[in-house]
Amino acid sequence: MVFGSGPKSGRLYVTEAGEPIHGIMAEFATPADIFHAAEKVRDAGYTRWDTHTPFPIHDMEEAMGVKRTLLPALVAAGGFTGVGLAYLMQWWMSAIDYELVVQGKPYNSWQAFVPITFELGILFAAFTSIIGMLALNGLPRWHHPLLKKERFLSSSDDRFFVSIEAQDPAFDPDRTRLLLEQAGATSIELVEE
Amino acid sequence: MTTVPPDQVMAQRLAGIARGPVAGRDLDPVTGDGTLLDDPAVRPPLVLNNRTFGEVTDIICGYAENPAPRWWLPALMFFGSIAGLGGMFIGYLVITGIGTWGLNNQVDWAWDITNFVFWIGIGHAGTLISAVLCLLKQKWRTAVNRSAEAMTIFAVICAATFPGIHVGRQWMAWMLLPLPNSNNIWPNFRSPLLWDVFAISTYGTVSLLFWYMGMIPDLATLRDRADRRLRRQVEGGPILLPFVPIRTDKIRAFVYGFLALGWRFSGRHWHRYEAAYLVLAGISTPLVLSVHSIVSFDFATSILPGWHTTIFPPYFVAGAIFGGFAMVLMLLIPARELYPHMKDFLTLRHLENMAKIILVTGMIVGFAYSMEFFIAWYSGNDYELYAFKNRAAGPYWWAYWTMISCNVLSPQVFWVRRFRTSPFIIFLVSLAVTIGMWFERFVIIVTSLHRAFLPAEWGMFHPTPVDIAIFTASVGVFVTLFLLFMRFLPVFAIAELKAVMPAASPHPHGHDGHGGDGHAAGAAPHNGHAPSLPAKGAH
Repeated sequence: MVFGSGPKSGRLYVTEAGEPIHGIMAEFATPADIFHAAEKVRDAGYTRWDTHTPFPIHDMEEAMGVKRTLLPALVAAGGFTGVGLAYLMQWWMSAIDYELVVQGKPYNSWQAFVPITFELGILFAAFTSIIGMLALNGLPRWHHPLLKKERFLSSSDDRFFVSIEAQDPAFDPDRTRLLLEQAGATSIELVEE
Repeated sequence: MTTVPPDQVMAQRLAGIARGPVAGRDLDPVTGDGTLLDDPAVRPPLVLNNRTFGEVTDIICGYAENPAPRWWLPALMFFGSIAGLGGMFIGYLVITGIGTWGLNNQVDWAWDITNFVFWIGIGHAGTLISAVLCLLKQKWRTAVNRSAEAMTIFAVICAATFPGIHVGRQWMAWMLLPLPNSNNIWPNFRSPLLWDVFAISTYGTVSLLFWYMGMIPDLATLRDRADRRLRRQVEGGPILLPFVPIRTDKIRAFVYGFLALGWRFSGRHWHRYEAAYLVLAGISTPLVLSVHSIVSFDFATSILPGWHTTIFPPYFVAGAIFGGFAMVLMLLIPARELYPHMKDFLTLRHLENMAKIILVTGMIVGFAYSMEFFIAWYSGNDYELYAFKNRAAGPYWWAYWTMISCNVLSPQVFWVRRFRTSPFIIFLVSLAVTIGMWFERFVIIVTSLHRAFLPAEWGMFHPTPVDIAIFTASVGVFVTLFLLFMRFLPVFAIAELKAVMPAASPHPHGHDGHGGDGHAAGAAPHNGHAPSLPAKGAH
């Protein structure tokens, strides 16, 4: 491993072949192992790191120190936008743009507008939740340095990984590797950019 | 973690200590395949045969990766042909007009709307399983939610066809939407028929989003497996077509990879994913209840005797859940016989749970039938009372009594445990319920319309071959789509199934490695993916 200097972080790690390093990944065998490894990485003060598990592990966000997501607030905002737009649409079309007496009801008969207002509120909330989830996750992103590692692909099957980015201020090739070894990793690999 | 194995005999058999068939095949009179144990202290396993995570992945991905079973292609061709022939009848209908149907001036809604309500009702089970059972933390839903959601979407597709072709001038169907047009006029937002347009399209869209979002991690699993085979140059990988040197895995890696959106199983992503899933479950629950309520408004807001009742929304919703679960069972019971190892995920306990839901909702529907009669008498309204007398004893008496025997009487066999744990009996009852629910809609629509207020207008409805062909075609479309789903997509929610296995717990020995009970102050909502653990107080 060669220690060089890079434009952004001030530090840039490259492999002996001269390829820039994205980070380091460590494999763990069981959910319990990765859970405790995540706690260790969190306590060591890393910020740009992640776990990769075939299924969501209970309480993992606490072990990783992940803050509560904004998503529910976004969904509420999306839902109320839908409600507002739906009512506005029905009111404008029925009471402003083309007044039409139907069934002797007032032009702005709010009771009759409730079902569509409700449905469009749900529709907007649903779109916000899935698009918001993907956007906050930085997806879709069809390439990632980790996906180039064949070993990493078993994270979708039955293996558990911790990845720590070289951009992390606390990253140090030797100390980070030692931390992961002590956490019980069964294999540790460098990940090229 | 549960220390007592759910079934000691079974545990020994699986370990090779005791002789006898292993789980999924034998039928112990008490515990069935080992999941029917009725001891509240013991959690029945959700995945049988001590499967590892790797085996779960292999089995479920195998359904999409291995060569199709021998029956699959003939079945697809059969149902695909039915769908295609029905499509030709729809073409004939569009060219000729809806006079090719048996409906007439008096019975102006008939098979078309019956089929619409029938299919949209079936489409309620999927979102109910995904959303309501998710909020109620019913972990057994993980084995059925994917296929039930798929079924929901296919049923909504069938349902949406019928009002679309019923409008008469089908090329004007776009006027259902509030789009600017040359008349400068807008749709009537006070009409329940327009509410229906919004309810059904919202329901179809949200169900599709829910289904797709749940599938993203599993599509990524299929992508990674194809990718790994390509990297390892696995010999003998099937070539797509002779003389076309494209390996199937290349197409898989591309298509599944595209749909998986680059999912990399990140813990930070899972956190937001679970939050999004819980939010979607939360908003889909009122949605699923609203959709069939709004469908029932099509009837309830009219003044026709037999339609103009306030019991319709809850009664329709219960009926939809009833019919939807019956269809889920009709699809899954044959599937678990035909696909290898599917019984490890879809246990007798799952079937029993759904049979109980059928029993409960069947009783609600039965209560609604009797309450309609009571109110018809108690209201003192002659027209209302006549409408109901005419249902039970008029010219369509056979339809009414088919409905009663299929929907109210047939599920009563589920009071007997032996019957509600027998896949064969459950299949028969589900078939009866599906038929009965079709007749329920037929009875509501046709018997109320054919003798309305003016006796001079009374008439009868007789279906024509075009009616019959288009309904048969909708069954063909539904089964064709389901067969394609079984062949190409992850049939079970792989990630969710793994998460409910005992091995998924990060605290395998009940010790507390992460200090205190942080669960109560939980930083994020959980959505029922929680591993199968006893109460938190255990550690």
